[in-house]
Amino acid sequence: MLDLNIDDIGKSLLAEIADIHDTPAGAYNFRVNSQLAGRHTTDNIDIMTKEGLPGIDIFIKPHTKGESVHIPVVVSASGIKETVYNDFYIGDDCDVVIVAGCGIDNCGEHDSQHDGVHRFYVGKNAHIKYVEKHYGSGDGNGKRILNPQTEVYMEENSSMEMEMEQIKGVDSTVRTTIAELKAGSKLVVKERLMTHGDQVAKSDYMVTLNGENATADVVSRSVARDTSSQTFNARITGNAPCNGHTECDSIIMDSGKILAIPSLEANDVDAMLFHEAAIGKIAGDQLIKLMTLGLTEAEAEEQIIKGFLR
Amino acid sequence: MLELKNLSFSVESDGIKKEILHNLSLTIPDGKFVVITGPNGSGKSTLARLIMGIEKPSSGQIFFDGQDITALGVTERAKLGVSFAFQQPVRFKGIRVIDLLRLASGKQLGISEACDFLSEVGLCARDYIDREINSSLSGGELKRIEIATLLARQTRLSVFDEPEAGIDLWSFQNLIRIFENMRREIKDSSIVIISHQERILQIADEIILLSDGTIKQTGSVDEVLPQLIGTTAAVDACERLK
Repeated sequence: MLDLNIDDIGKSLLAEIADIHDTPAGAYNFRVNSQLAGRHTTDNIDIMTKEGLPGIDIFIKPHTKGESVHIPVVVSASGIKETVYNDFYIGDDCDVVIVAGCGIDNCGEHDSQHDGVHRFYVGKNAHIKYVEKHYGSGDGNGKRILNPQTEVYMEENSSMEMEMEQIKGVDSTVRTTIAELKAGSKLVVKERLMTHGDQVAKSDYMVTLNGENATADVVSRSVARDTSSQTFNARITGNAPCNGHTECDSIIMDSGKILAIPSLEANDVDAMLFHEAAIGKIAGDQLIKLMTLGLTEAEAEEQIIKGFLR
Repeated sequence: MLELKNLSFSVESDGIKKEILHNLSLTIPDGKFVVITGPNGSGKSTLARLIMGIEKPSSGQIFFDGQDITALGVTERAKLGVSFAFQQPVRFKGIRVIDLLRLASGKQLGISEACDFLSEVGLCARDYIDREINSSLSGGELKRIEIATLLARQTRLSVFDEPEAGIDLWSFQNLIRIFENMRREIKDSSIVIISHQERILQIADEIILLSDGTIKQTGSVDEVLPQLIGTTAAVDACERLK
């Protein structure tokens, strides 16, 4: 059981964003309604409160392998507005998993907003898996706003896999991700986004490949339902012999709106850059196929979206 | 048992009405393996789609086990026990083979059960179970997965729309073996296959020859097949390759 001082709403949000039902193994820092709700450090992973700014510094010793850091944030009081700065200093040759994410429950009249600024300094040969989920709930008139800003600075031969997911309940979001890669480093981004109601989401990526054989693969899949709108803006710049690929694949439904702007900039003759973008509604034959298996049209639609956002 | 009574289907193109099926009546009893054949454009695929409810007839009625299902949609017919294998299987981003087999079986199918269905259609299950049903799969692989979903459904009536279309010769041999197995284990269910292939026609209990939207001939393999050989209604796979 979770032995932290968190109410039931907070616990359900934690389950949604970080799949946390028990106190996690490894290092963690729980932030609930702008307060520290629990922290644990290990011999290899230290977490310290920032001085002068809200947020934490996370230090991971070189050669740390097989450990994890959970830093979930819960906002369940209406009217909270905060910007939090979390910096990760990841030593050389590490292999760790970092789970972040923010859940907002707003039953009140006032807007709740959490802007998380995450900076990753990834050491040489280190491998990081970063998972970030955003989720909103609550039926108040106050909006649930999340504006995550992520910066990634990758040293030689490091690699980072980022899974970023925002599937439900966030009214407004501006996601900004900046990455700079040195030689031999590799960044793989998998973004999953679904907007509904009159939600607005904007996702910007600026990935710069500065070193030889740096590789980036930025793939976003999104679904825009009801009257929601989305803008996906991904730019990959190649300043060296490198490989870059970005893809935006979207399902549009109801009266949704989607603007996809993949862009590439090559400043080296050996930079190999590709982009793809596709927007379309659910294909009729996909619905019919699942209906021939006994699903209703609504069930078929749900399965298609579930698969698409996997 | 499936009964089609006075079924007609027409489409309108550029203001001109074109009749695809005309006043077609036929009965497919339980426990029968029936192959519907005929030249291109004779209305075979339309007939298959009408049985599944993907298209609605202009007039006429469809009965399944005595119940009038003419007004029922695809989902309701599927729930009553009608299955349909597409001529061109549909691709899905993100939906895996195991997911589709689970949806088809209507239960949380175990990995080993799912693997049995894949092995049955000649796919090495371990390599396929977690594959997405997307454009990374070849036409032949998709076709076999499509057939596996019907095996997983195990319904009273299975309709296959040109199962041989788009598969290679090796897969074709395998396909024949699958249909021979299905025929052996048919019990009280029935199988309708739309096909041009002589090898498939040869294992039919009954062959129905469709031409210009009407039934030209119905009978056993011995009665119908000799007259078909050499006509455009049945083309041997090897002939095509020569």
